[in-house]
Amino acid sequence: MPNLEHPAYPAATLLRLESMVPCRESQVSMLLSIFGERQQFTFPSIFIYGHTSSGKTYVMQTLLNTLQLPHVFVNCVEHFTSRLLLEEILIQLQTCSSETAPTSRVLCDTFNDFVRLFKQAVTSQDLQDQTVYIVLDRAEQLREMEANILPAFLRLQELTDRNVTVVLLSEIVWELFRPSTGCFEPLTLYFPDYSIGHLQKILSNNHPPEYSADFYAAYINILLGVFYMVCRDLKELQHLAALNFSKYCEPVVRGEANERDTRKLWKNIEPHLKKAMQTVYLREISSSQWERLQQDDGDPGQLKGLSAHAHVELPYYSKFLLIAAYLASYNPVRTDKRFFLKHHGKIKKTNFMKKHEKTSNHLLGPKPFPLDRLLAILYSIVDNRVAPTANIFSQISSLVTLQLLSMVGHNDQLDGPRYKCTVSLDFIRAIAR
Amino acid sequence: QCRHLLELLKRTTLHGESNSALIIGPRGSGKTTLLNHVLKELMEIKQVRENLLKVHLNGLLQTNDKVALKEITRQLHLENVVGDKVFGSFAENLVFLLEALRKGDRTSSCPVLFVLDEFDLFVHHKNQTLLYNLFDISQSAQTPVTVIGLTCRQDVLELLEKRVKSRFSHRQIYLMNSFDFKQYIKIFKEQLSLPADFLDESFAQKWNTNVQHLSEDKTVQDLLQNLFHCSKDLRSLHLLLMLALRKVTVQHPVLAVADLLEASKQRSGDSRANIVHGLSVLETCLIIAMKHLNDVYEGEPFNFQMVYNEFQKFIQRKAHCMYNFEKPVVMKAFEHLLQLELVKPVERPTIRAQREYLLMRLLLDSNQIMDALQAYPNCPTDVKQWATSSLSWL
Repeated sequence: MPNLEHPAYPAATLLRLESMVPCRESQVSMLLSIFGERQQFTFPSIFIYGHTSSGKTYVMQTLLNTLQLPHVFVNCVEHFTSRLLLEEILIQLQTCSSETAPTSRVLCDTFNDFVRLFKQAVTSQDLQDQTVYIVLDRAEQLREMEANILPAFLRLQELTDRNVTVVLLSEIVWELFRPSTGCFEPLTLYFPDYSIGHLQKILSNNHPPEYSADFYAAYINILLGVFYMVCRDLKELQHLAALNFSKYCEPVVRGEANERDTRKLWKNIEPHLKKAMQTVYLREISSSQWERLQQDDGDPGQLKGLSAHAHVELPYYSKFLLIAAYLASYNPVRTDKRFFLKHHGKIKKTNFMKKHEKTSNHLLGPKPFPLDRLLAILYSIVDNRVAPTANIFSQISSLVTLQLLSMVGHNDQLDGPRYKCTVSLDFIRAIAR
Repeated sequence: QCRHLLELLKRTTLHGESNSALIIGPRGSGKTTLLNHVLKELMEIKQVRENLLKVHLNGLLQTNDKVALKEITRQLHLENVVGDKVFGSFAENLVFLLEALRKGDRTSSCPVLFVLDEFDLFVHHKNQTLLYNLFDISQSAQTPVTVIGLTCRQDVLELLEKRVKSRFSHRQIYLMNSFDFKQYIKIFKEQLSLPADFLDESFAQKWNTNVQHLSEDKTVQDLLQNLFHCSKDLRSLHLLLMLALRKVTVQHPVLAVADLLEASKQRSGDSRANIVHGLSVLETCLIIAMKHLNDVYEGEPFNFQMVYNEFQKFIQRKAHCMYNFEKPVVMKAFEHLLQLELVKPVERPTIRAQREYLLMRLLLDSNQIMDALQAYPNCPTDVKQWATSSLSWL
């Protein structure tokens, strides 16, 4: 692994920096060589892109903080309008300088004012001509703001005539950012994703002190074996590792196995991890609920997730209404006669049907159906006679409010209301029991 | 073109003639540089330096005519004159400003130079009032005023309104990068060479001979040829050279061919392929499913349910290493792809429509996917084979 070397910065700081950013040494050395010495002008704008949790924000922050470079760090999701963004940059610039306390409130409406105030702010500080870095995280939000914000930021060095560099961090590639008439192209840098070896190394770094590093490394191996195919996001994996470690250690704590008994540990943890994939990974239940479940031990029973079907209790007729709605949405009108009448005729397969057989209705989504059809199907599936009372109609409206059915078309349509069923087959099956 | 512009500006300032001109050229062709160069030359003439007033406006900064007017006031240092006056119209305001200039301690009025950067953005203001008034004044010969616009759009004249266009003098200066490859190589050499007055003479000598070697080297020439064919402007050349130069340190004092090669590889990598490289295996399978759907249905938009179907077919028939994941887990992987903007919905999602049935398009090309799969680390073999298979088993 190359040692970070740079003539402008003391070697001790660089060594400390290197220890804080494992597996990212080459990116840091590239950034260092681009930044150059403190007072040298660098590229007017740099665009860094990479996967979720590939360390872009972390590396930038550590680099700028460790080397004590004057910088402003703003998240564009937090400051989502141009005014919030520009004011935040100016406020942080005030705190950057060692002299003034940030008392006065800055009013900055347009980019024009921003350029003026920025020039004032930079000259009035003892920055000794150092490069000021403005780092904008989640830069894809800049596209949603006014059209002049992104090109203006890219040219900030030219517009303000000062030593400033704008760094944009994002997950989305540069081609989707470019405005239609072109702009000043930034230097694009790629932060490659972590390979499985890197992930293991980083995750094993946070092992709790009670257990040995090898023990924890074996646990990480098992965890990655289950989850690596699905997700490579470092943050998610860290979250999962932290939650499940206590369960993993249980046999050792209880004295049933010692640290090296990998087969027993694996048998213990495996069903647990599989269940975790369906619940905590999908954020169906919160992590505190998960931990409580682990402590209860024994048979966890049916886990009630957020989208579990068990906690929607519908009255008797509503269930039939919903099933009828599902049938009406997904079966074409032609087949109604066949399914629901006692004596049906044959259906001729026309040429039209043959060509479109492949795209079944299940793939394209629910189709709207009129109210009369719903009632007709309802009468045919319910065993006893159903009277068309106001009760039934009010249940239909309550299903619409619950968003299990949705109304298609305007309220004042003369032919009568049309509905669409918005639940899936699994839900219907769960209700039908 | 330099002389043309210089002449124009001289005429305004020395002879009191009003003018307007547009400098048109693609991005990076040196419009601003040209203007700055001419202005510097102009400033060396004493009479100009004392008289000429400059106002620099930029389309990116002044997004509104009101803001533009305030900026003009500020740049002409006339804030205290304007004070709290309220003006009926834009034209009155501008005329007042220019009158105020006149009443300074000069018998005749000073020439004013207006430089409008990103001219095409000013065209989109409401009613084009600023442009109309500026050009009007430049035609009516009260104060000698020159308006110079810089833009990258070739069709900017069509965007002007009729009344504005008629007041414009239709003088256009075109800047095209019209040099050929030989001159390109010469520029490359010039940019890299150290100037003659560099402090360390021997180092400068060594450096310059190295640059000469580089410019004659075959690989370097091929590299430059590729870049030249992509885009002629000098900004990309600059970026490439800066990237290569960052490798030069005290231990490594000369630029080598390998540095240039590495820099160019970095610049020309496909960014989307890089993103695909970092996806998990499940997400890659979803992308392959979408590719197959695109092939079968010839590019029509699809929804999540269809992709899930394809994935199920793959799992049931061919896969031995992929575990059959639950539908919500696959949905989460699909949403991650949405977040990375590899898949984009055809229309904005409404609350009424279900997420699974929203129609989408894939923003990756078939070839891009296949190339990215080649580079994908530890790809399971059945996934790879599924990607390359023809669809006879459908």
